[in-house]
Amino acid sequence: MIELLLPPLFAGLAVALVAGPMGAFVVWRRMAFFGDTLAHGALLGAAFGIAVGISLYPAVVLVCLAMALVLVAMQQQRHLANDTLLGMVSHTTLALGIVAVSLQPGVRVDLFAFLFGDLLAVNWQDVVWLAGGAALILSLMMFNWRNLLSLTVDEDMARVEGVPVVATRILLMLLLALLIAGAIRTVGVLLITSLLVMPAASARRLAKTPEQMAAIAAVLGVIAVVGGLALSWQADTPVGPSIVLAAAGVFLATLVKPARG
Amino acid sequence: MTEPLIDLQRICLERDGQTILDQVDMQLVPGRITTLIGPNGAGKTCLARIALGLMQPSSGSMHRRPGVRIGYMPQKLRIDESLPLTVDRFLWLAQPGHEDDRIAALKRTGVAHVRDRAVQKLSGGELQRVLLARAILRKPDLLVLDEPAQGVDVVGQNALYGLLADVRDELGCGILLISHDLHLVMAATDQVVCLQQHVCCHGTPEAVRLDPAYLALFAGQHVPADNLAVYTHDHDHDHDLHGNVHSCSNPQHHHSHDHAHDHSHEHQDGHKHD
Repeated sequence: MIELLLPPLFAGLAVALVAGPMGAFVVWRRMAFFGDTLAHGALLGAAFGIAVGISLYPAVVLVCLAMALVLVAMQQQRHLANDTLLGMVSHTTLALGIVAVSLQPGVRVDLFAFLFGDLLAVNWQDVVWLAGGAALILSLMMFNWRNLLSLTVDEDMARVEGVPVVATRILLMLLLALLIAGAIRTVGVLLITSLLVMPAASARRLAKTPEQMAAIAAVLGVIAVVGGLALSWQADTPVGPSIVLAAAGVFLATLVKPARG
Repeated sequence: MTEPLIDLQRICLERDGQTILDQVDMQLVPGRITTLIGPNGAGKTCLARIALGLMQPSSGSMHRRPGVRIGYMPQKLRIDESLPLTVDRFLWLAQPGHEDDRIAALKRTGVAHVRDRAVQKLSGGELQRVLLARAILRKPDLLVLDEPAQGVDVVGQNALYGLLADVRDELGCGILLISHDLHLVMAATDQVVCLQQHVCCHGTPEAVRLDPAYLALFAGQHVPADNLAVYTHDHDHDHDLHGNVHSCSNPQHHHSHDHAHDHSHEHQDGHKHD
């Protein structure tokens, strides 16, 4: 029986390893709301996939990437504050996704699986895709690490110093969108931000450098995935929420340790 | 004269139908410290941002000598507390290289002791010196500093400007200083550009100080001077504890009196010293 857990485990690990460093940027740059908005777009992606007859997950990836670009473009305007804008786009997209899915004749999409994850349903082929995506995201992040950090510290200073600020910002958003599209299998649309934010927030108290924080967040995310799967296996609880609870447990555990600089 | 590092000509900037900059010319030259002064809202920061390439003018021409390296000290740094970033790593971001270089730069600006501290935990004065060290590390052809003396006491400001003059001599770089206070930067400044949407006047600090356009710009603001208005350059009259200038019976000193007023006005209006 235990081998049934291996694909979900590996899929979860792939997502957690990337969610750590990416989550660090989400925390540093206060992009949590942005992550939520992208995640909500995933459901729209599913509806789009059904409508045009392509398979679900490529459609989700495409729509998430497109939404990232739209959001970057929308951030250039100065009329509405970012959180107002994201609040509108986020929930409009979610509502539109649910309505669009419900309008598809004769198709039933498992909404619950989308909203809260269905990690136990992944197979080895999914694992290969997720692992490949994770490797791509991680290597692009490492390759652009100094630019990404410079952007996070001060965009004006980075631009004066020759960092391609706009390109780097777009890259970060696209990578985040890609991760979110993949991570939906793990914890679902509604819980995805927690998997980004909680390991990174937990790592903050243990880390002295940005790199340490990213790496520790990855490790803590892995612990949360393993813990959540174990909880789900033992107590027959839904996997996604179990992983989120495990991540929250990890965060609480780090509070015991006194803070460092 | 050597070729300018940055040559701005007839720069205009309009935003939301309002004219922010009107036909502004400014040249930044190697080895020369240019100070941009003007009241709040005069367009100083916008002009600097255009020079830095961070903003596009509505019209006018901006020519930058190819390959110019710029060190930029922003007015404020907003780094989220969640980012664990030591001063040393902060410098590394500007210029990856041997740590000895970073130590030397911090020593040069007198803040070697904060190397392992979190950037977010620095005091205003320490942060300014760290930012200067970061800029120096890049061996810039041009240094741009936006209100570098904000949040630093008068003694610290004088020390900072003294340091700037030394850096200019060592690196031979051009420096653009943005300030609302001509008096404090006088000692270090070669050229002053007095801005109020357009260039009111420009020249040496001494010339600008006497220029009617400069006087008109800062005249008629009757707010009592506070103790922040202590000038270090005036020796021909007395200040009381509140920075009010005494013995202004001589009309030639009258402009100094006006300065005292406008100075405190600036502080009360737009800037908080804490």
